[in-house]
Amino acid sequence: MVDTLTGYRRDNDRVGVRNHVAIIPVDDISNAAVEKIAALIPGTLPLPHAYGRLQFGDDLELTFRTLIGTGANPNVGAAIVVGIEPVWTERIAEEIAKTGKPVEAFAIERHGDLRTAEAAARSAQKMLQDVSGMARVPVDLNEIWVSIKCGESDTTTGLASCPTVSRVVDRVVEAGGTVFFGETSELTGGEQLIEQRCETDDVRDRFKKTYNDYIAMIEEQDADLFGSQPTEGNVRGGLTTIEEKALGNIAKTGTVPVVDVLAPAEAPKKAGLNFMDTSSAAAECVTLMAAAGAVIHLFPTGQGNVIGNPIVPVVKLSGNPLTVETMREHIDLDVSGLLSRQFGLDAAGEQLLNVVRATANGRLTAAESLGHREFVMTKLYRSA
Amino acid sequence: MEHSFLIHHAGDLVGVAVKDIPADQEVVGVEMDTGDVVKVVTRAPVLLGHKVALAEINKGDDVIKYGKRIGHATEPIKVGDHVHTHNLRSARW
Repeated sequence: MVDTLTGYRRDNDRVGVRNHVAIIPVDDISNAAVEKIAALIPGTLPLPHAYGRLQFGDDLELTFRTLIGTGANPNVGAAIVVGIEPVWTERIAEEIAKTGKPVEAFAIERHGDLRTAEAAARSAQKMLQDVSGMARVPVDLNEIWVSIKCGESDTTTGLASCPTVSRVVDRVVEAGGTVFFGETSELTGGEQLIEQRCETDDVRDRFKKTYNDYIAMIEEQDADLFGSQPTEGNVRGGLTTIEEKALGNIAKTGTVPVVDVLAPAEAPKKAGLNFMDTSSAAAECVTLMAAAGAVIHLFPTGQGNVIGNPIVPVVKLSGNPLTVETMREHIDLDVSGLLSRQFGLDAAGEQLLNVVRATANGRLTAAESLGHREFVMTKLYRSA
Repeated sequence: MEHSFLIHHAGDLVGVAVKDIPADQEVVGVEMDTGDVVKVVTRAPVLLGHKVALAEINKGDDVIKYGKRIGHATEPIKVGDHVHTHNLRSARW
């Protein structure tokens, strides 16, 4: 039993459970300089990604929101932003700096990769030393913003790992905390269950519109999700239809009301269970929720999705005894005892809460220890 | 007898195997909400995580799990059948 809970309290009073110095590229062509900085100053965290050039409209705004939100996340103690030109680079750095944490911007044009990397590395070194001196302080459970999303689901997720997460969602929200769930298209077949839990008519209307818009977007491609949802991994694990998958997915969302509907990577305005419009692809979804401020992610898996995230510890739990046995190094909590009825959901929920506390206190998750750092931005449509 | 499958809700038409079950085997399942025990004889192998039919289901009828529709039968289903993509399809796509 872990009964203490600690974290890093930032200047804006948000609480983080990691203390990274993030090196954030504004665009794909700045990845090489970012990697050079991180190589010069081991211990800093490079976040290379594929986008940031010639995006426009909502897609561009989402990229800005994701990069700013990632730097602003309380698991980041300080940030370096590197872009090809100074205007967008400084825009992102200035937004991150509103959190009160140290941030510096570096543009590559008129300097080149090498001079940029040297200058940025000098700043990164000082940041790394400074953040390493910050102390963990006691914090409350409601200060740990939690995101949830399952992956490579099978029928055991609906029986075991998702209901276990559900117990923790209720505990965190009842303590006054904030939880994110998403996976818009993966609610299909159970979307009415979410509608019924929306706190107000306004939230319900916005949820229905968000869901319907996502399905319409798929139909506009003259496609449907037969063969994609459920995935081949889901089918191998015994899931047959999207409705069956959705009902298992929703089993992790607790019993509390849905208080708001958020755009991708949008920071929440209200405590409680927030729905975010996201893809159901694991790395994209976790990246968006991290950009909105989640500091720990709970990830039920059936067949064994191995995802991690660079700034947010991803806690993985599985109730599938075959997965737990064959993929032991990826699983933080084995809840297969729920299938064999060796223990019940109350006990499983307590075990998961213990893992959450240990993770907040600094214990590395399986994904962190294996070096999983999937930082994947959501692209809404083609660039110009 | 130790249980081989679990049933989410009383009234569900399918249970979920919690271990690999061979064909032609009498096995026991437990309803998770009531604790009641159900027996079936499998007509095909049902692997860990896969579904076994607990009732006759006509072609076109809803298949119920979690107390909800998870799709409809594309073939007639008999008690003890393996229920998966060969005889169950989403009603959505």
